[in-house]
Amino acid sequence: MPEAPLPRPALAAAAPPRRERALPPPLVLAGAVWLVLMLLVALLADAISPYAHTALDLRNRLSPPVFLGGSWLHPLGTDELGRDVLARLIYSIRTSLLIAFGATVIGAVLGTVLGFLAAHFRGAVEHAVLALVDFSASIPMLVFALAVLAFFGNSMVLFVCLLGLHAWERYARIARGLAIAASAQGYAFAVRQLGAGPWRVYLRHVLPNIASTLIVSMTLAFPEIILLESGLSFLGLGVQPPETSLGSMVGYGREYLTRAPWILLSPAVVIVLTTLSVSLLGDWLRDRLDPTLR
Amino acid sequence: MVRFLLSRLLRAAVTIVLVVTFAFVVLRLSGDPAQIIMGADAPPEAVDAFRTAWGLDQPVWVQYFHYFGAIASGDLGRSMRDGREAIVLVAERIPATLALTVPALLIKLLLGIPAGIYAALHRNSAVDRALMVAAVAGFTVPSFVLGLLLVLVFAVQLGWLPSGGQESWRHAILPVATLGIGGAAVLARFTRSAMLEVLGQPYIRTASAKGLTWRAVVWSHALPNAAIPTVTIVGFMVGSLIAGAVVVESVFSWPGVGRLMVVAVANRDLAVVQCILLLVAATMVVANLTVDVLYGVLDPRLRTGIRRAGAG
Repeated sequence: MPEAPLPRPALAAAAPPRRERALPPPLVLAGAVWLVLMLLVALLADAISPYAHTALDLRNRLSPPVFLGGSWLHPLGTDELGRDVLARLIYSIRTSLLIAFGATVIGAVLGTVLGFLAAHFRGAVEHAVLALVDFSASIPMLVFALAVLAFFGNSMVLFVCLLGLHAWERYARIARGLAIAASAQGYAFAVRQLGAGPWRVYLRHVLPNIASTLIVSMTLAFPEIILLESGLSFLGLGVQPPETSLGSMVGYGREYLTRAPWILLSPAVVIVLTTLSVSLLGDWLRDRLDPTLR
Repeated sequence: MVRFLLSRLLRAAVTIVLVVTFAFVVLRLSGDPAQIIMGADAPPEAVDAFRTAWGLDQPVWVQYFHYFGAIASGDLGRSMRDGREAIVLVAERIPATLALTVPALLIKLLLGIPAGIYAALHRNSAVDRALMVAAVAGFTVPSFVLGLLLVLVFAVQLGWLPSGGQESWRHAILPVATLGIGGAAVLARFTRSAMLEVLGQPYIRTASAKGLTWRAVVWSHALPNAAIPTVTIVGFMVGSLIAGAVVVESVFSWPGVGRLMVVAVANRDLAVVQCILLLVAATMVVANLTVDVLYGVLDPRLRTGIRRAGAG
């Protein structure tokens, strides 16, 4: 039944008060700048890399970086096989970010869908999802990943999917709790009464309302996945040669800790700055967007 | 209370069954163990003999029930490399791991909790900010980077401490420090936010308003309530005493359970991997169960069925 449109002033009054726009603190800004830089490096890897990451320069093996008296030929030095550390670093950033990004998205989608299913069907489905949550809480992710890699061997696709299982239970719990709360509210009920199917209700109406909480969870899970990936690659059980990731670079450089510490230092610095930046940004976003999460 | 305990026990039991099922399924999905162990060019008779010896020639559901029976009686198979019992191999390594993780746990508790409480009570002070930046840095630095950094400084440059091995207590200092620093950072952040949450509650204002000293408010109202969520994460740390040092043991060549696991994974020694998996899961389930029960003791709302918002 058509209703007379509300007068405009009433709408304006109903709108929430505009938040004051303060600039984020300098540390968060610095983190954001660093992340944009890393993103550009990952996207433009082929264009900016001075060499291919597998190219050998046998005449300049273990040459030190510029700031330790090396030459500009290899600004960050070379490793035992004369491979350029800067080039390897650039490709490692691309691999590590790509894996972490893919795994974060997989975890968020999987967890959210399972959470919605639990909230929609309740009963046996909900119990099954909660049992899976208990299951994943009972095995630390690193041990779980190691076990699966032992049983199935390693491939890039399996590795990314495996890391995607990290933190899925967090999204599932959030999505389930918020979806149950949302369906008790007027808007979900109203849309259902208008004849919308469950897909429409959850994706078009519930999801946007809980998105900020989920996005904050993603920014918190992202650095954890980077740490997990680099840990596994460091142990030699993650990304396999000839591909290279930040963790496998550190693992390789460990052998040359005393003779050529530069092989290990630059990827280590990149890992730390990147996880630190995402964490700072995530904390800040959480305080801004979602005061209930802590 | 009895209902509460029973439901938690049931959940723990279901989780254990799921873990065992998971181990069984991946073990069977991972290919024919006989072929993997014997190699592709092994004579067929040898492969068949191996299958019979390991019970691989029976229907899957029979294997599944045998598997449960074997695990219940402590028979977790033999290492496919040297034929020793997997459970013995793993048990041998547990003391070495605990020698790292127990002191590290003490460091985490003694550094992390007081730091978190102090930061919360002096919110937005310079000390709070410094502590929290240090805490974020502490857990974003991966343990292998921190470990190698400590080696570079204290073993390579200064030469004060050994860089790896297990000959004396001095060999344990760097790995324990590596584990402790990262964990203390996590705990400090967690304690701080638990404290802040409690300090914002109306009952704290009431307690102050009725004239209690701030010290009394903190000691008898804020700390006990903030302890409740902190129990969860401490429980998690206790649960990971066995599995928590996988990377650090590898960095410092420390012969513990984690090192054994990494080597077993690299060699695809499935019996050992599976044994560690079950052991770790069992420890974690027991720790989680203890946390749940402690929660019930500490927070009466939970056992009377009134759910805390967001606790589900």
